[in-house]
Amino acid sequence: MKSLISAIFGVVLIGGLAVIVTPAQAQKKIVVGVSWSNFQEERWKTDEAAIKTKLTALGADYLAADAQSSPTKQLADIESLIARGATALIILAQDNDAIQPAIAKAKAEGIPVVGYDRLIETPGIFYLTFDNREVGRLQASAVFKSQPTGNYVFIKGSSSDPNADFLHAGQLDVLKAAISSGAVKVVGEEYTPGWLPENAQREMEQILTRNNNKVDAVVASNDGTAGGAIAALAAQGMAGIPVSGQDGDKAALNRIARGTQTVSVWKDARLLGATAAEAAVAMAKGTTPDKLPNVTSFTGGPKKVNMSARLLTPVAITRDNLDVVIKAGWITKEAACQGAEPAKAPAACK
Amino acid sequence: MTSVAHMPVPLRQSQAPGFKAALEVDLRLLAMVLAVVAVWVGFDLLTGGIFLTARNLWNLAVQTSVVGIMATGMVLVIVTRHIDLSVGSILGCVGMVMAVLQAHILPVGAGWNWIVSVAAGLALAGLIGAVQGWWVAYRGVPSFIVTLGGLLIFRGLAWSMTEGQTVAPLDETFQLLGGGLLGSIGAVWSWVVGGVGIAAVIAKAILGRRRRDAYGFMQRPIWAELLVAGVAIMAIIGFISVMNAYNRPRTEIAQGIPIPVLILIATAVLMSALAKVTRFGRYVFAIGGNPEASALAGINTRLVVLSVFALMGLLAGIAGAIQTARLNAGANSTGELLELSVIAAAVIGGTSLAGGTGTISGAIVGAVFMQSLQSGMVLLGLPTPMQNVVIGLVLVLAVWIDNSFQRRRL
Repeated sequence: MKSLISAIFGVVLIGGLAVIVTPAQAQKKIVVGVSWSNFQEERWKTDEAAIKTKLTALGADYLAADAQSSPTKQLADIESLIARGATALIILAQDNDAIQPAIAKAKAEGIPVVGYDRLIETPGIFYLTFDNREVGRLQASAVFKSQPTGNYVFIKGSSSDPNADFLHAGQLDVLKAAISSGAVKVVGEEYTPGWLPENAQREMEQILTRNNNKVDAVVASNDGTAGGAIAALAAQGMAGIPVSGQDGDKAALNRIARGTQTVSVWKDARLLGATAAEAAVAMAKGTTPDKLPNVTSFTGGPKKVNMSARLLTPVAITRDNLDVVIKAGWITKEAACQGAEPAKAPAACK
Repeated sequence: MTSVAHMPVPLRQSQAPGFKAALEVDLRLLAMVLAVVAVWVGFDLLTGGIFLTARNLWNLAVQTSVVGIMATGMVLVIVTRHIDLSVGSILGCVGMVMAVLQAHILPVGAGWNWIVSVAAGLALAGLIGAVQGWWVAYRGVPSFIVTLGGLLIFRGLAWSMTEGQTVAPLDETFQLLGGGLLGSIGAVWSWVVGGVGIAAVIAKAILGRRRRDAYGFMQRPIWAELLVAGVAIMAIIGFISVMNAYNRPRTEIAQGIPIPVLILIATAVLMSALAKVTRFGRYVFAIGGNPEASALAGINTRLVVLSVFALMGLLAGIAGAIQTARLNAGANSTGELLELSVIAAAVIGGTSLAGGTGTISGAIVGAVFMQSLQSGMVLLGLPTPMQNVVIGLVLVLAVWIDNSFQRRRL
């Protein structure tokens, strides 16, 4: 036992020395530390690759830590990134309030921060994201275009994720008029715990039961929940009514080719990653956030803080422009078109 | 609290038994069933008659099957004074393996594709369970720790297989396991299943009487025998009628028993038999009652514990096949937090966390109870955070009521 303790002590000591030594060496080179909130979701792998590629091209180093959905771990992660010599930080916040102590620490050290994809509402931070409200608008308008009247269901995201509400607000931007005129009737609206597809499926089943299948369109907030809703619809022989989604998941793009999903709003993660890397490097060299290219001011957060931001425009992928994702190399034609009936397949599959 | 099993105790008293004693029913189970009925009626009133429609009950049955199947195994795990926190992760990992095999590795469209992928998945699930059981039984690491490790390990592996990408669509035949549009056995076969069930009830009653004669035990009064068998038969007929009363959407074709529910029923029957009439089952309860005494009595307690975990893994694999088929997609997040529902179902169903007591049928009723609450609250349109509050309260209350009830009886 004694030897174990001294071994652990030794490791800690050496680790501590390494931490003290590294920043001194890294002073000259730009090191970008990225703190991920939860690497288990499908999309972040692509973001990471894009950030890494861009940083290498710009001659900067990449450091990373994964908070595994824990706000507490993320605080420790960011402290260790700073200790390991990061000169700029890209942070995908798990919780936009709980992250504040780490932001304060970075500020005190004079390290610039890019708020990646999720809002961190502190002045001086550069907020980079796809316009989530716009994502909601694109989802709703694609569904509304193919089904301008009738009974609508909203399968919302997780109630603990502020993006779920931004998305829903965007969806309502488009549908508000039709709802108040009575053309569109909302017959079901549910948050989906943890964004889990299986939860979305159960919700959809209950909504269909409650309305005796009188549902004409489903506005689902991402592709996972869309998949769950479509499975529930398929069990009633109703697959094919308009359903929206988001993320450009490969399974969802395939559903678009097959005609069971209407739209997947695609946020090209490679664009987001590359832009973040550029911004981080520029800020590490001393550019202030308000001098970055294409910057706008953003005050749409819950606390109405005026922030320098860049909101990238997402693309709505439907059967008419499925070739966009194929040409971008996001998905192969075979994977996108697998199993689509040749007669009904979209142009991109021919 | 550590009485051995819930097996019917033969009556040897000479005086005539009272009403309750004559029926020889598990009062605890009866109370649970009554609670479920109360919840159903309550929701039916609140939802204006939607809850007790054939369609909703059919849905409820499908939704219960995944948790129900795993809860039968969890009973045995908890009875041996252990716990398995990894079942949700095993479900997700094995479901992912089956999906990847089907969509990416084996030839798509081959008739044997789904059989091979399911068989491989189940074998893997059993193996995972056995390995965890080995760590618990032979290496002495507490099951809480081993399976907590498993929870992290298998969720991580599920993600790594496709780096988080969802795998879909899956084999058409495989999808039937999830009970989708065509995943039921129809009216005729449902009645065949019902007929077998009724025959089994009658056979059990007759054989039971013969055995008691052979050993010279007192018979239970004929009226009690008829009442118990009659209620069981009525329940079977009622269940089949409800399943058949729900038609395939926009047709007049009756759905009948959904395949996942059929799997649940088969699992429940087999697991009950395993727990009640086999030597293995008796060992499990003996170990739960007193591990040291069991070991001294010559039971290979380590092997039994390992087998219980292997069985639990296998059941998680079966549940994984159903959940994946139902969703028609392999997603790495499938089954997150499901271990809590499974443990809750077993505990609400009367399994004591102290070990030694628990019944398979109780766990299934517990699963139905939990799922009824969840489905009913969505039907009512209750906000999600409130749904969690209600379920949390009910869990604590149910176990408290059960405990105080048990204490009064002992």
